Amino acid sequence: MHIVVCIKQVPDTEELSRVRVNPEDNTIVREGVKSIINPFDENALEEALRIKERKSASVTAISMGPPQAKEALRKALAMGADKAFLISDSAFAGSDTWATSFILSKAIKKLGNFDLIIAGKQAIDGDTAQVGPGLAECLGIPQVTYVRKLEIKDGMIRTERTLEDCFEVVEAKLPALITVTKEINEPRYPSLRGLLRAKKMEIPVLTNEDLNLPSDKVGLEGSPTRVVRVFTPEPPPKGEIIEGDLEKKVDRVIEELKKRNLLRWLK
Amino acid sequence: MAEIRIIDEKCTGCGKCIPVCPFSLIKLEEDKAQIMPGCTFCGACVDACPFGAIILEEEVKKVDLSEFRGVWIFAEQREKKIMPVTVELLGAGRKLADDLGEELSVVLLGDKMHESVEVLRKYPVDRLYLIDHPLLSEYRTNFYTKVFADLINKFKPAIILMGATSIGRDLAPRVAARIKTGLTADCTALKIDKEKRCLVQIRPAFGGNIMASIITPYHRPQMATVRPKVMKKMLPGSSLSPEVVKIEPDLSGEDELVRIVDRIREEADVKDLQEAEIIVSGGRGLGKPENFSIIRRLAELLGGAVGASRAVVDAGWIPSYHQVGQTGKTVQPKLYIACGISGAIQHQVGMRNSEVIIAINKDPEAPIFNIATYGIVEDLHRFLPMLIERLENLVSRKS
Repeated sequence: MHIVVCIKQVPDTEELSRVRVNPEDNTIVREGVKSIINPFDENALEEALRIKERKSASVTAISMGPPQAKEALRKALAMGADKAFLISDSAFAGSDTWATSFILSKAIKKLGNFDLIIAGKQAIDGDTAQVGPGLAECLGIPQVTYVRKLEIKDGMIRTERTLEDCFEVVEAKLPALITVTKEINEPRYPSLRGLLRAKKMEIPVLTNEDLNLPSDKVGLEGSPTRVVRVFTPEPPPKGEIIEGDLEKKVDRVIEELKKRNLLRWLK
Repeated sequence: MAEIRIIDEKCTGCGKCIPVCPFSLIKLEEDKAQIMPGCTFCGACVDACPFGAIILEEEVKKVDLSEFRGVWIFAEQREKKIMPVTVELLGAGRKLADDLGEELSVVLLGDKMHESVEVLRKYPVDRLYLIDHPLLSEYRTNFYTKVFADLINKFKPAIILMGATSIGRDLAPRVAARIKTGLTADCTALKIDKEKRCLVQIRPAFGGNIMASIITPYHRPQMATVRPKVMKKMLPGSSLSPEVVKIEPDLSGEDELVRIVDRIREEADVKDLQEAEIIVSGGRGLGKPENFSIIRRLAELLGGAVGASRAVVDAGWIPSYHQVGQTGKTVQPKLYIACGISGAIQHQVGMRNSEVIIAINKDPEAPIFNIATYGIVEDLHRFLPMLIERLENLVSRKS
């Protein structure tokens, strides 16, 4: 069994939330944002590694991104992936979710046969959740999104798919693509041995010379959507900061809650 | 091919472009800005350069899109019940259709849907496309994609809006990939650029600290998903009622690659966040997972639900269905109490439409204070117990 895991390198949003506006010259101050594997993709990789440990399977991690995304793949190898490929070419820069899905599908076909593709439910930088289904469509295989439990049996997968107020037990024929939620597992840390092994492994880069995709299907030109403007949202009118000692503050809050009839459900 | 470049003669090395790059990909080399690989052509640096030294070039194509007309809303139904997000999208869609001077249609897929049709007929919509078929009784990606994509190819709408739910977010990207068009997820605002007659889709980007306007210049339809509770519901009752157009789908059970074996409703141990009138949310400022008991106690007292920030959900302090924000739920309660939550934009977009926001945080610089109706700069471990005690006294006096 061959499992492909899709990984995205993303900025650590924990750090991004520390981005501030410098009041002196009104510029944005970003304190050294570091890159991580998209957390849901770590769950995807962990699930693939668990399947590998239960039955015989090989796990290939792939990522599309700039050269520096190799770091994320290196970590995937350290966690236990058998192989890793970076899909990277300046021609791919500016790809939206459609073009990304298309390029990934071509790269996966190039890598040979696969039985299962696992991706995180979404990336925490873009939050679109569109590449998983887009990729499944480009490959013409069934998809199950928001999976929190997975079993494999006789060429089928049996999954629990999370919906807002319930979950569904969904079966699909392989090959298939699933996207996973955090509930599915607890990703492992790379072992020291894994780290040493990953350090020595080669991460081949697939460029457009290998994939040979037409320029009108990749990168910005191949992307149906365009970002036309990026802006910091206008600050809403500032509210009131309640001053005074602790007791005064509590008094004031209760008073406001009463005034606005917000204590009517009090029990 | 698109290209971004810096005109060295114009670049003064002022460095204003460096902090605006969402990916930190610009650096100064010998007093000139340089863009490193990984650029997504978002254009933030182009706007920030005071000297016009950064140029983003893309060939402008001419494409005739005039045959695509009208705004479509995908009517999401579960067990034959129309989901509230559908009615919210109808409200947003009506405005877009009116701005374009085109028609608003709603598309309903399902099995034996006559009751839902009657519900939708109460709204001021021009047309209702109904596809009624046993294989559509429950949502399945492959059948819904096939039927919806065929319908789009036949009637060619200009805009399609869908709810960003576990169904909409499964279906929309699959359909967009099949018909090759643009799709923008989780829009927080939608408007028509009247000059270009195109849809401007606004959504948080790059982890949610920046907003982006996105268009689909050369493809139709323009597809967008919108999360529940972001748009205002359309009101029923007007002289206009949709004309019902029944369509026979081209479906065969042989294509069944996916089967839903069971649907299990979980014991609701939490009040539904999106329906709650009061939400008390906890963040990293709680210090440790056990301290969520204070949040639970306050929520219980006020008759509200418990919410959480992404940080504490990611840290595993509380299950993800409590999460409020861009990745979690969007809420609009009468009262939102944020305790120990710094308030990154990705959290703010999920709760800023709450009627009253009370924020408790010991960091006076926390961004949550920018949107709080009442801000309390205080250690929550001091403030909340006292607040709870006072409320408990009120309760015992009441009874």
